[in-house]
Amino acid sequence: MLLAIWSYRHFISAAIMGELRARYARSRLGLLWSVLHPLAQALIFALVLSKVLGAKLSGVEHDAAYPIYLLSGIAAWNLFSEILGRCLNVFVEYSSALKKIAFPRICLPMIVWGGALINHVLLLVAIAVIFLFLGFTPSITWLALPLGVLFISLFAFGLGVILGLFNVFSRDIGQALTVVLQLWFWMTPVVYPIAIVPDNLLPILELNPMVALVGIYHDALLYKTWPDIGSLIWPALIAVTLFGAAFVLFRRVSPELVDAL
Amino acid sequence: MSRQTVLTLDDVSKHYAAYPSNLIRFANWFGAGLQPAEVFKAVSNVSFSLRNGEAIALIGQNGAGKSTLLKMITGTVRPSSGRIAVQGRIGAILELGLGFNPEFTGRQNVYQAGGLMGFPREELTRLMPSIEDFAELGDFFDQPLRVYSSGMQARLAFSLATAVRPDVLIIDEVLSVGDSYFQHKSFDRMRRFRDEGAAIVLVTHGLGDVRALCDRVLLLDKGRVVKDGAPDEVVDYYNAMIAEKDNARLQVEQSRGENGWQYTRSGTYEVTMTNLQLLDAQTKQPVATARIGQSLVLRLTAQANTGIPNLVLGCMLRDRTGHVIWGTNTWHTRQAVQNVGPGESVHFNLHFPCHLGPGSYSLTPALTSSDTHLDNNYEWQDNAVVFEVVNPDRPVFIGSSWLDTKFEVKRGDA
Repeated sequence: MLLAIWSYRHFISAAIMGELRARYARSRLGLLWSVLHPLAQALIFALVLSKVLGAKLSGVEHDAAYPIYLLSGIAAWNLFSEILGRCLNVFVEYSSALKKIAFPRICLPMIVWGGALINHVLLLVAIAVIFLFLGFTPSITWLALPLGVLFISLFAFGLGVILGLFNVFSRDIGQALTVVLQLWFWMTPVVYPIAIVPDNLLPILELNPMVALVGIYHDALLYKTWPDIGSLIWPALIAVTLFGAAFVLFRRVSPELVDAL
Repeated sequence: MSRQTVLTLDDVSKHYAAYPSNLIRFANWFGAGLQPAEVFKAVSNVSFSLRNGEAIALIGQNGAGKSTLLKMITGTVRPSSGRIAVQGRIGAILELGLGFNPEFTGRQNVYQAGGLMGFPREELTRLMPSIEDFAELGDFFDQPLRVYSSGMQARLAFSLATAVRPDVLIIDEVLSVGDSYFQHKSFDRMRRFRDEGAAIVLVTHGLGDVRALCDRVLLLDKGRVVKDGAPDEVVDYYNAMIAEKDNARLQVEQSRGENGWQYTRSGTYEVTMTNLQLLDAQTKQPVATARIGQSLVLRLTAQANTGIPNLVLGCMLRDRTGHVIWGTNTWHTRQAVQNVGPGESVHFNLHFPCHLGPGSYSLTPALTSSDTHLDNNYEWQDNAVVFEVVNPDRPVFIGSSWLDTKFEVKRGDA
């Protein structure tokens, strides 16, 4: 399977560029839109909620602490939801190619992954610029971000491919996930600081791997601290397990995939 | 060119399982081993093999399993049982323009879709001039695909798909794209591939393509091979089969004459043909060899065995390669006979001058109830009358039609 991916690397890279270009074709701002969407989202939350929730952020003495908190959390969440959401539909989207051209099918989620990573890097660059603009100097702890990118990717890719395979056979999965993702977003401290969560709910919340993964971003970007390795064991375990499971399931389901499309 | 087997299908079947609930399907992925509720047999027990330089056509009605079979050979659909062995590279054109992106230029799409077909980037760069040349898109080659006409898209797609001669070429009903010039050009390319040693598997509804390109035809019906043989034999059998969809009542008999013509007789025989003869119009003597310009008459009597509301005689003239030179019927000429009683006879005479080129020709008469033979096929006799045309007294000419032409040749100033 890895060999197949390697021999189709040109196609994957061409298709990633193709996807990005096609998505923003004939719009003047082009790729900028992929950055503007999450930034606008952060801006809205900041405008509406900074008075309510901004005060609850402890430990950072900076006027823009809450917007920075929002930007870091939304960057992390955006990577997760984009990979997950696109993996979910990629087999259905490419159904005619799957039916009529023989090529390694694992290329498809790879294209999604690659596209999401490029978008993510662009977003991080934009965030760095905004930080400077806000008078908040990025620190050396930014170097911890690749760790967050890695685990969020593995987790979203694994979950996305598994659900995407099920989605081919039962499209209810895709519909349900839209709702679940909304709920999940609010179950993750992106908009609100984790400090406001009541102590008795905290153990339940921490079952959510995204809590610790978004935490990496908060630590690195806002608090300027290195991630707490202990808290990462659980999400890393889940991410790697799902990633592995996705490949196993993919091998099993692959022959039946085209029959159902 | 050494002849070796490049494609072998051994007892290949494809069954689609229908599960009452997706839960059972999902459980099977984890090794539950539950039985599906229903199995749809798309292709059953198909075996054939193909050597290089051979071309085979798959024909059959919609849903006969042709496309499923092609997908299995291509490798996108896995057979439920049986074995498919391929020597060398497969090139498949199951649909033109797959993997194209409307926002990309023709050139970028060649990289994109070519990558999807498994070509490395360097090879596509090397092939680019020939792809560009064959597609004949001019300046459009560097414009976005969305401004292309559908024929232009098809040209680009075909040009890319056949940029390299594969060992096995698989084509699904894509010959009908583009204008006739490009159709001709793509047909030529396939014929060249075949002559250079590629094996071709072709699905088509254009029966003319079959006769022109293939040495062998498989007729599929309900997933099974019902006929395997020479093009004219299988195509005529197929025509007889679609003539009467209610196959239970239909009888088909076939034989090959000493002259090589395939004779196929089919029908439901409410009305039958008798006294079928090709005669000289003046002498009323039977004709087997006709002179150019001779007046001929095809005579036959339709004998009604039961009463029928409408009787139409159709007639078709074919040349040696099976191409239809001419054909019409008495429905088009507004001479349909109404309310034919049981036991009644209807006599037909078809007068025509022999304005044909030298060669062998056949006449195919058919008794039907309307302008198409699909409603009722009472009796149909493919190539029932075969005759030779000779040219004893006209200047030498080629082609299948005698045209009363005249050159004017003058010397000096016009």
